[in-house]
Amino acid sequence: MDMTLITQSVLASGPEIIIIIGACIALMLSLVPHPRQEAALIGFSLVMIILAAAMSYSLNDRPQSAYSGMFVVDDFSTFFKMLLYLGTALTVLMSGKYLAKEGVVKGEYYVLLLFSLVGAMIMVSGTDLLMIYIGLELQALSIYVLTGFLKKGVRSNEAALKYVILGAFSSGIFLYGMSLFYGLTGTTQLDQMAIILTAQDLAQDQNDPMLILATLFLLVGLLFKVGAVPFHMWVPDIYEGAPTPITGFMSVAAKAAAFAVIIRIFMDSLVVLQPVWLISVAAIAVLTLSIGSFVALVQNNIKRMLAYSSIAHAGFLLLGLVAGGDEGRSSIMLYLLVYTFMNMGIFAVVVLLNRGSDVGEPLTDFSGLAKSHAGLAFLALFFLFSLAGIPPTGGFFAKFYVLVALVSSGHVALAVIAVVLSAVAAWFYIRIIMLMYVAAPEGPRTIQITFSMKVVLLVTFMGTLLTGILPAWFLDLAGGLNGAAPLPGLG
Amino acid sequence: MMDLPLLSILIFLPLIGVPLLLLSRRDNMVRWLTLIILVADFLIATGLLIAFDPTTAQMQFRESLPWVPALGIGYKLGIDGISVWFLFLTALLGWICVLASWTSITVRVKEFMINLLVIQSLMLGVFCALDLFLFYVFWEAMLVPMYLIIGIWGGTNRVYAAFKFFLYTLLGSLLFLIGILVLYFHGGRTFDILALMAGSYDFPVQAGVFIAFLIAFAVKVPMVPFHTWLPDAHVQAPTAGSIILAGVLLKMGAYGFLRFSLPMLPDASHYFAPMMIGLSAVAIVYGGFLALAQKDIKKLIAYSSVSHMGFITLGIFTFTLNGLSGAIIQMFNHGITTGALFLFVGLIYERTHSRDIPSYGGMIKAVPLFGILFATFLLASMAVPGTNGFVGEILVIAGTFAVSGWAATAAVVGALIGAAYLLGLYRQMLLGPVRIPGNAKLWDLRLRELVCAAPLLIFVFWLGLYPKPFLSILGPTLDNLMSQTSPIIQAQGTRP
Repeated sequence: MDMTLITQSVLASGPEIIIIIGACIALMLSLVPHPRQEAALIGFSLVMIILAAAMSYSLNDRPQSAYSGMFVVDDFSTFFKMLLYLGTALTVLMSGKYLAKEGVVKGEYYVLLLFSLVGAMIMVSGTDLLMIYIGLELQALSIYVLTGFLKKGVRSNEAALKYVILGAFSSGIFLYGMSLFYGLTGTTQLDQMAIILTAQDLAQDQNDPMLILATLFLLVGLLFKVGAVPFHMWVPDIYEGAPTPITGFMSVAAKAAAFAVIIRIFMDSLVVLQPVWLISVAAIAVLTLSIGSFVALVQNNIKRMLAYSSIAHAGFLLLGLVAGGDEGRSSIMLYLLVYTFMNMGIFAVVVLLNRGSDVGEPLTDFSGLAKSHAGLAFLALFFLFSLAGIPPTGGFFAKFYVLVALVSSGHVALAVIAVVLSAVAAWFYIRIIMLMYVAAPEGPRTIQITFSMKVVLLVTFMGTLLTGILPAWFLDLAGGLNGAAPLPGLG
Repeated sequence: MMDLPLLSILIFLPLIGVPLLLLSRRDNMVRWLTLIILVADFLIATGLLIAFDPTTAQMQFRESLPWVPALGIGYKLGIDGISVWFLFLTALLGWICVLASWTSITVRVKEFMINLLVIQSLMLGVFCALDLFLFYVFWEAMLVPMYLIIGIWGGTNRVYAAFKFFLYTLLGSLLFLIGILVLYFHGGRTFDILALMAGSYDFPVQAGVFIAFLIAFAVKVPMVPFHTWLPDAHVQAPTAGSIILAGVLLKMGAYGFLRFSLPMLPDASHYFAPMMIGLSAVAIVYGGFLALAQKDIKKLIAYSSVSHMGFITLGIFTFTLNGLSGAIIQMFNHGITTGALFLFVGLIYERTHSRDIPSYGGMIKAVPLFGILFATFLLASMAVPGTNGFVGEILVIAGTFAVSGWAATAAVVGALIGAAYLLGLYRQMLLGPVRIPGNAKLWDLRLRELVCAAPLLIFVFWLGLYPKPFLSILGPTLDNLMSQTSPIIQAQGTRP
């Protein structure tokens, strides 16, 4: 590897490097005792994220492969990186208020968040299973710590421990699948694997137990990360225990990164394996949708309810995977974008409603919100209707596009199941709306909406609204990668 | 003049009023602003009706803009002889609703009026949309304000009623969405309604889509056995909510049949017609009997709606010119008379706070003007000759006799039952001794209330005595619809 190649590789991974350097500087900053330390850290993290975003944007014109084909910069990864920047920035903006309320202002928080972001970025850019695995672990390890960040809270500690154990378990499964693939093909690079699988006609033999095992292990490892049933057991506990902004981050950024990997592996490189997993994924998608929708009905804690709602949304996203093709892929991407806006929006509301000191978040917190804070209640209503998929919100168009992909690929029965279950899901979102608008408030309360929270609410609201009424532009973003051009410098 | 995007202005004028309302502080100012906006909207709608060219079946006042070109979605608007009437009806009931809520809504007035404005925009949009996606957005988004109107300003059991309303209609609409998507892919990836009408589809596709559409529209109409949400919603909804529900929302189901099921799925429509006629006949008689047994005024009128909407679906699925025009007239009539009945129930409820029929009696002595007008609308609902109801029902029954004697007999029986419960309501409420002494001292209708009732009264007699303008605007569109619905007959050159 000569110098130019190395320079090129380093340049290609510029955004990641910026964030890593940023995280290191933030770590040092966090050691400087200063009354305005937290504001400085928030500002610094945002600047680094914006810098990285600018870098990603400028790299977008030059799709390229780096580090001998282990890493790639293309439209696809840029789209997901932008999504990750957005999710992380919103999380950072939300965190100040939350940490102050819970009384755990610590600089490491932002450092870990940035590291988690790098991990996720490596995941979406990785074209080698090892690279993806490294990204996955970096992202997950940082989140394990963040989950347990409320040191004195029982729920937070329990959640962190559960997450570490189950996360390690799933990573093990992913690794095992990877090793089986290595055994089958002798490589961990996705494009090489695709070539070898096609050449050996391995993919044609769908009954080869080794191939089935390898595919399913890889898939299960990833499905665990997105919280698909039956690998969803961790989601409610961890969503409930983690600090609320981190829950938002997990539901949005971590999930997006995992879906990016799923798309990269199963819809792009190893699309030849589709017959092997199609039926199981379809079954898992339906199961995920139904368990998520039905169990959410009986939740009394807002974060647990949102956890099951996020499971249900994962089910919908998996339907996009089943649909396959360009439309399926764009539909997942658009869905994740919209989901980032609306879910971060509702989490921002939950953060604002937080009463501090590790008290639970009962649904009744929403009672009478419309009387005391009409504007906030309206925003919550908007996000909830978007999550339920009612037009003219982005949530509707996202679901609509997945359904288009499904019907287009001939899965009409699945589409019918999906809409029936989303009617079920609408029930629990509306329950909250009813609480806000009909129930009497539990007591006088004033919610102070800080400037950064206002920014979060504005961005998420505009995002949810615009994706709903002007979806064409966002569709181009998600669809621009269809027919991806062959990358220079590959092979 | 013609270059103005009149339909867009009509649709979005109420929505533009929302920020104005947000800025105003006093409740009375909010009321006046809403009234002014909706009256202005009504004037536009009246202008459209006058400028409407009754000699052609083409869509008029068309607008077309690309929206999501990648998916073949456009912002397309246009009206024909059917939709122009429903635009007018919606715009008319819009400001009547504001007047009807003038004193009955006292909490969160601003939010209530915003909801009224939003739902007005969406309802107008439904009747103008010439793109299925756009139609669906309007159709489904309408659930939200209606849900809030029932859920926040409704009666004691409002939460349950609002939930039921929302989930029933949502489930129906979502299946409708799947139907739309199937049609989209079989119609060459377009959501353009006119293009989809022009296409022809295999029978299995038509049948599947028809069923999906049927569930959505049947819930909305509502047809038996999907009608159980209606009484709950009506009883709990505030007066304006009931007027909108009965006056406009129910029509959208029937409008859906006319706009989509018949022209796009003619074969399936003919195939399922016997079932539809059967269900309609059941609805007419069964709804009537249910209404007979009610002690709650609003429930009685709600069940009478089920029965009357049965006439409409019956007329539609006879595929005869008489049946169809009768059905459309009946749709308009039902909006006028049932809207008026709910308005009057609301007016009397404001005075007595009771919907219990047996607790009334002798009201004609206490509130004579109310009594006379209420009686007029009851008679119109009963389809007494000279009122609008008569024209619609006679056409539907005439159309039905040509197709099915049994169904026509059921319709006649239903009309008789209708007379029984409506006259019964009249007798129990207005005649006889005053049962509750306080009722003798009620105040009669005031100017505001008379202003609400006057236009409705005009339409009762205008349509009842001289329906020709109505039929002439409808004519070309109906002929066109008939030809779309029966392509086989047309090919043989025997189209009526």
